[in-house]
Amino acid sequence: MNFELLLQLIINGLIVGLLYGVVGMCFVLVYKSTQIVNFAQGEFLLIGAWVCWALLVYLELPFFLGFFLTLCFMGVFGVFLQMIVLRPMIGEPIISVIMVTIGLSIFFQSLTKWIFGVSPQSYPKVFDTQSIAIFGLNVELAYLMSTVIALIIMVSFFLFFKYSKHGLAMRATAFDQQVAQSLGISVKQVFAMSWGIAATVSATAGVVIGMVNGVSDSLSSIGIKVFPAVILGGLDSIVGAIVGGIMIGVLENVAEFFDSQYLHIGNMYDIAPFYVLLIILWFKPYGLFGTRNIERI
Amino acid sequence: MTQAVQLKPESPLLSINNIEVVYDDVIQVLRGVSIDVPQGEIVTLLGPNGAGKSTTLKAISGLLKSENGEVSRGDIHFMGERIDVKNAEDVVRSGLFQVMEGRRIIEDMSVIENLKLGAYTRNDGQVNQDIDMVYNYFPRLKERTGLAGYLSGGEQQMLAIGRALMARPKMICLDEPSMGLSPLLVKEVFGIIEKINRDQGITMLLVEQNANYALKAANYGYIMESGKIVLDGSNEQLLNNEDVKEFYLGGGKEKRKSFKNLKSYKRRKRWL
Repeated sequence: MNFELLLQLIINGLIVGLLYGVVGMCFVLVYKSTQIVNFAQGEFLLIGAWVCWALLVYLELPFFLGFFLTLCFMGVFGVFLQMIVLRPMIGEPIISVIMVTIGLSIFFQSLTKWIFGVSPQSYPKVFDTQSIAIFGLNVELAYLMSTVIALIIMVSFFLFFKYSKHGLAMRATAFDQQVAQSLGISVKQVFAMSWGIAATVSATAGVVIGMVNGVSDSLSSIGIKVFPAVILGGLDSIVGAIVGGIMIGVLENVAEFFDSQYLHIGNMYDIAPFYVLLIILWFKPYGLFGTRNIERI
Repeated sequence: MTQAVQLKPESPLLSINNIEVVYDDVIQVLRGVSIDVPQGEIVTLLGPNGAGKSTTLKAISGLLKSENGEVSRGDIHFMGERIDVKNAEDVVRSGLFQVMEGRRIIEDMSVIENLKLGAYTRNDGQVNQDIDMVYNYFPRLKERTGLAGYLSGGEQQMLAIGRALMARPKMICLDEPSMGLSPLLVKEVFGIIEKINRDQGITMLLVEQNANYALKAANYGYIMESGKIVLDGSNEQLLNNEDVKEFYLGGGKEKRKSFKNLKSYKRRKRWL
């Protein structure tokens, strides 16, 4: 058994898992506050990565400025998407809303193909050195940055929802919209804000993954990968999304390891998470952390 | 439509002028309701289930719109401003706060987070000071550190009232604060409501089924049945009204001693 490879794959899994966790949190955020299952989640990554790429390559901006502008753009983009496309859908049947998000997903995929072409593009070099050694393991600097960014995002999510006025307002809206209104919270604003945050944060993940793997259509498949993660964690739990994301990230790498070493079935990397998804839905449809209501008897 | 025209101070804080409320464009719930709530007083709105009391409150607070209802006729003025056309959140910002029926606290948040949410519309830095003020009225809330969903019914009601105070409103509409509480707790909660009214001068509109306590706490009362105000008067007038005594307070003028007198309970109410 090749332990060094296994260890390397597990670390890879943790790093990618953290990013799944970040995207999963956005998914849960939108689901909790607006009750919309957002099938266009992956396209936020795709659009974010392409916009940042365009800023860096065509306008030749320094990386961090381009990155920052991308985030600003995505925030505005998310808010407008909610206001223009999804706000009129409030009160419509859930299936219609889901169809709208699937439509958005197809639309944005085609739009980015039309504008940027179908071939993958790589980011300009951001760091001088490619990788550094930590405890004898080679860690790519981009991965290290992605981990740091993911952790920063998670901590700021926690602080935002725990202590800030708007974070509390969003939680209140998720709990009960009528009560939120009676407290003076504008539900419309909260909806728009949650889409804005989801788009911004997903775009961060998109840029980070794009830096490592290059920007291509496959970025949007992260949005689908995130499904097993959030369902494993429980659709309405942000902590669950992080734990689920990390588990799926590790799982797909470990599955890949065993497949390449012993089983030789092929393509386990992509498929294993969905087997897990099936099994979870079978035994624990609420996920590991999904809550039913507290009921006092 | 109302009897007993009372002389009241000019331009009350809240005045509801002959409103009709329709749900889903077809179901008419209120048929011409007029209520005046003068500055600094407690006014109570009594009536049986389904009379339209909660609908009246929701018409005031603007929450009606989220239930597909609308004020189809008449108007509501608060501090001289027309509020029946406003959104719920703007009504809160203008200083009128509703404590909804069934307490409706945010169960998966702590007591402090619930209180902070009450101050959502405020932008001054005195929120912590006001949390202490709420703890002063409800000392037992201070000891509760877990989730608000695990509080007892009485504590949840206290939290709901405390949360309203956090908004520093000019007026609070309370929807059945005594619902589901033990008699001792009802007494305590009403005591605090009166105290808040006295200390802070916050005007209250109190919707209740517990007519006894409500009329004792209030300066003025309205009685509502099937979407109309059928009687109004000061609390002494209502407490001494034969019909109110019989239908709301229990026990009329002549005590029923034998079973055959029970049928007198079926006497038609005079106001209908």
